[in-house]
Amino acid sequence: MNPQTTWSFFMDHRDEIFGATLDHLTLVIIAMVIAILIGVPLGMLIVQRPTLRAIALGIASIFQTIPSLALFGFLIPIPFIGGIGKRTAIVALVLYALLPILRNTYVGLTGIDPAVLEAAEAMGMTRAQTLFRVRFPLALAVILAGIRTATIITIGVATIAAAIGAGGLGTFIFRGVALVSDALILAGAIPAALLALLADFLLGLVERRLKVS
Amino acid sequence: MNTKTALSAHNAIEFRDVSFNINDILNRLIVLGISLEIPQGETLVLLGRSGSGKTTLLRLINGMLMPSQGEILVQERSTRAWDLIRLRRGIGYVIQDAGLFPHFTVAENVGLVPILERWESARTAARVEEMLHLVGLDPGEFANRRPRELSGGQRQRVGVARALAADPPILLMDEPFGALDPVTRAELQREFSALARRLGKTIVFVTHDLHEALLLATRIVLLQTGRIVASATPQEFLRLDHPEVRAFTASLAVAPGVRA
Repeated sequence: MNPQTTWSFFMDHRDEIFGATLDHLTLVIIAMVIAILIGVPLGMLIVQRPTLRAIALGIASIFQTIPSLALFGFLIPIPFIGGIGKRTAIVALVLYALLPILRNTYVGLTGIDPAVLEAAEAMGMTRAQTLFRVRFPLALAVILAGIRTATIITIGVATIAAAIGAGGLGTFIFRGVALVSDALILAGAIPAALLALLADFLLGLVERRLKVS
Repeated sequence: MNTKTALSAHNAIEFRDVSFNINDILNRLIVLGISLEIPQGETLVLLGRSGSGKTTLLRLINGMLMPSQGEILVQERSTRAWDLIRLRRGIGYVIQDAGLFPHFTVAENVGLVPILERWESARTAARVEEMLHLVGLDPGEFANRRPRELSGGQRQRVGVARALAADPPILLMDEPFGALDPVTRAELQREFSALARRLGKTIVFVTHDLHEALLLATRIVLLQTGRIVASATPQEFLRLDHPEVRAFTASLAVAPGVRA
C-alpha cells in the first residue's frame, strides 16, 4: 500500500466519497429514527408486562445474532420489505439497532432508586405520571447510551448494505475487495470509521448532559 | 358503648383486626390481629425491632399494601373503598432516604403534590416558600438546588416540607431521621417535635429508637413479631413490665464510663 497513491486517489474522488458518505449517513439516520420510534415505546411498554418483555427482548436478541450479510440476504425475497435497495437495508439496520435501544430503555426505566419510586407511589402519582415524570426523565441518560451504541453498530453494519445495492460507503469497500485495491477499501473504511467516532463523541456529550446524579 | 361510638368518630385511622401475610409459598405472616385506634391529632409512634411489622402497618394505612384480613379505616372509610390516588394525596409520607426526585429542584420536589392537584402556580410557589421556611430552609438559598447539592439533614427537611405541602391531615413517617448523624438527628428531632405540636396533624411515626419515641410520641405502640405488645403514653411506657419493653428501656440506660 502506497500512502502517496491512496492520498491522491482520495483527492481525485473526493466528490464521490463525500456523496457516498452522505448516502451512508442518510441510511443510518433513517434506520435510527425508526428504531428509536419502535424501541423506546416498546421498552416503556415491557416494564409492566413480563411476558411481552421476554418475547420482545428474545426476538431482538435473535436478530442481533444473525450475521449481517445473512440477514440482508434473508430479507431480499420477503415481499413489501424485501427486494434490492435501500428499503431492505433500512429494515435490516432497524432490526440490528433495536436490541440496544430496547434493552437500555428497559434497564433505565427499571434501574431507578427504589426510595424514589416508593415516594412517587406514596405521593399519589398514577402509573402514567410515575412513568413520564419520574422513570422516563431519570432513565434518559441510559436510553441515550443505548441509542449511542446502536448508532455505532448501524454505521458499521450499513457498509454491508452495499451488498444488496443500498449504496453508501460499503460500495467502495466491496469494489476495493473485488479489485484488490487498498485505496478503494480505505475510501470506504476511513469515512465510516470517522462517522462512528464523531457519532460516539457527539452522543456522548448529550448523554453526559442528561445524566442525573 | 355509646361513648366509644362517639369517640371513634374522631379517629383519623383505625385498624380493625388486621392481619397481613405475604402471598407466597411460605405465606409468612407479617402482622397479626392488629386493632388500633388513632384519634385525630395524635402522634403515634410505632416502636419495634427490625422485622416487627412497623413499616407494614404504615404501608397498610396509605393503601400501598392491602390487608389479608380485617380492614383499615382512614377518615372512617376502608382503604378498600378509597380511590388510592386520592387517599395518598391526602397523606404525607416521609421515608428514611427522603426519596427526593433527583431530577427536580427542591422547589419542584416540595411543590409536587400541589402541582399534581393542579393548584395555580402562584399558590404553589407561595406554598413552597412557606413550607421551606417551616422546615428551616431559606427559600432564596435552597429553592433552586438539586437534591444532590444538599446534606443528609437538609434532604430530610425537604422531605418533610414535601410531605406537608398539600396540607394533608395525616402524616406517615418511616424512620425519617434514621440515616442521619447523631448531632443532625437530635437537631431534627427537636425541631420536628415542636413542629408536630404546632401543626396538630395525625402523625404515625415508625422508629426503632426508644429515645426518639419518647421525645415525639403522644402514645407509643410497641410491636413484636407482628403483634402489639404494649400501648402507652411515654410516661407510662417506661414503667411497663413486659420483657420487650424492658429490652428497649435497657437500650437507654447508658451512663458515661459506666457499663450498661
